[in-house]
Amino acid sequence: MAKPRIKLPDTAKVGEVIEVKTLISHVMETGQRKTADGQTIPRNIINAFSVKFADKEVFKAELHPGIAANPYLSFFMKVPGPGEFEFTWIEDGGNKTVEKLKLNVT
Amino acid sequence: MRQIARMLSRRQFSIAAAAAAALPLQALAQEQSQPWEQAVRSILGDAKPTEGKLSFDMPEIAENGNTVPFTVKIDSPMTDKDYVKAVHVIATGNPQPGVASFHFTPQSGRAMVSSRMRLAKTQDVIAIAELGDSKFLMSKRTVKVTIGGCGG
Repeated sequence: MAKPRIKLPDTAKVGEVIEVKTLISHVMETGQRKTADGQTIPRNIINAFSVKFADKEVFKAELHPGIAANPYLSFFMKVPGPGEFEFTWIEDGGNKTVEKLKLNVT
Repeated sequence: MRQIARMLSRRQFSIAAAAAAALPLQALAQEQSQPWEQAVRSILGDAKPTEGKLSFDMPEIAENGNTVPFTVKIDSPMTDKDYVKAVHVIATGNPQPGVASFHFTPQSGRAMVSSRMRLAKTQDVIAIAELGDSKFLMSKRTVKVTIGGCGG
């Protein structure tokens, strides 16, 4: 999987509710498409996304074939204090992409 | 059953009603239910959802079915005792109706999530919010799709 893109606010205050936007490149092959000679292209999607902040789970999602290619996901978090985000995307077959990003808390 | 019937078109409902009159209801539920109805039932179980009370933003017309943005939002204090546990999204007209299940925590701060879905054709899309205590909210949007996006 290609390197994901994550958008966090530049700074945040404790107690503030912030929006986190994530984007990852992935074909999200549904398993419905066929090649020119009628072979079904096998399913291959990112099926799980999870987010930890300061080692505590904040948000997670199960993704199904109905999610569009290059999955975009935006969610919110109430800032508990300083810490680091850990984002994990898991593909069918178990391949994982993990991205860590520190949040500047003032 | 009645909740699901409300979501069908009048024509579909009258066909289903005629079939229901002919077959025992149990057998009908097993044989005739569509994948999306099964998906909804597996989320709700026996619970009856409250319709509305869930903000489900989707375009009226999706020009490209391959990528259709959506946002689901529920007004909730999101405290330890009172928070939205999950939001499930189902595309009733897709060959595979599951879109996603999003799970929140009290740390989420806001019960709101945005993403993008694929829609194979014009259809109803359903969002269900799970509040815990077997309480559910449900909202439905009809999205017209000009170019289908499942590659089928």
